[in-house]
Amino acid sequence: MSEFVLQIDGKEVTAREGMTIVEAAKTAGIRIPTLCHHDQLEPYGACRICTVEAEANGRNQLVAACVYPAEKGMVVQTKTEKLAKIRKVLVEQMMAHAPDAPQLLELAEEYGADRDRFDKDPSFCILCGLCVRYCNEVKKKNAIGYIDRGPRREISFIPDVAGKECWDCKECFPLCPTSALQAAYVLTEALATPPEEAAQEAGCAGSCSCSGSCG
Amino acid sequence: MCMDITRIDQIIDDHNAEQSSLIQILLDIQAEHHWLPKQALDRVAEKLDVPMNRIQHITTFYKAFSQVPKGRHQIHVCMGTACHVRGAQRVLDTISDATRIKAGETDAELKFSLETVNCLGCCALGPVMVVDGEYHGNVAPAQAADVLKNYE
Repeated sequence: MSEFVLQIDGKEVTAREGMTIVEAAKTAGIRIPTLCHHDQLEPYGACRICTVEAEANGRNQLVAACVYPAEKGMVVQTKTEKLAKIRKVLVEQMMAHAPDAPQLLELAEEYGADRDRFDKDPSFCILCGLCVRYCNEVKKKNAIGYIDRGPRREISFIPDVAGKECWDCKECFPLCPTSALQAAYVLTEALATPPEEAAQEAGCAGSCSCSGSCG
Repeated sequence: MCMDITRIDQIIDDHNAEQSSLIQILLDIQAEHHWLPKQALDRVAEKLDVPMNRIQHITTFYKAFSQVPKGRHQIHVCMGTACHVRGAQRVLDTISDATRIKAGETDAELKFSLETVNCLGCCALGPVMVVDGEYHGNVAPAQAADVLKNYE
């Protein structure tokens, strides 16, 4: 694998082909803030908090460092005034959903974000996808997924799978940047099958394919 | 409510049970049953070897899919600006009265489902209502109920 040199915050950093900017920075001991990044998972680029200024081929761009591949001769800035402002607003927006998340409070302090700037919509979820991706990619259980879209998008456990798999796993809980409460809450809610649904399943047992799951 | 699982299998086989045909298979099931019963989704997940969380993601993402029972006939009433000023609200009210359901609802006999849409792109025909894909333009409120008499 070929190695090349790029510049991050004025430091010469050697990176291998296929590395993202976050990974390259890590080898040089430069910390780029991340929320949706996880070493075991495919880069996702959901939270955008890792946004950096990258100059390559004479073009200066704002890119998400966790998904953007490091390039030869690239000049990356991870701590500029412009970036601080972007991150501040991002944190403020996420705090509308999860105002007391420890990681967000830390970032808020660092970038001077006002947790009450936007109207509260306490879903506790910032849709980083860590739980969903961990379950799909690492555990391969597919017990949790996204439901709906746009502003109504949320994570949801699949009751049939979660009922079997989740009680002894729960490995996604500590991953959640907005505290494990969210995951626990949704799990409990999903597992409590509404009575009418249970009755419906029981009513048709025998003549359809659901027989196995409702016994 | 149970459904014909062999028919679901047939639809899946028509698409060679390919994972890449997932949306097409779901659309075919939706077209036939007007909604996607859980047993059908379980069957699709099993036969295509697609995880249920992906199926749930897709079926809740697209408005074309429904996981609650829908009527045999879909009524869409355009509430766009052009239709609105030409009395779409009165058309909707008449239909609501005739079918005894509000927008977004389905009647108990599963005959009609009523939805509002924001523009159908044929503003010159306003007010417009669509029943099972058939466009009825310039409908006076009084005509709206008559249109529905043609559907069983």
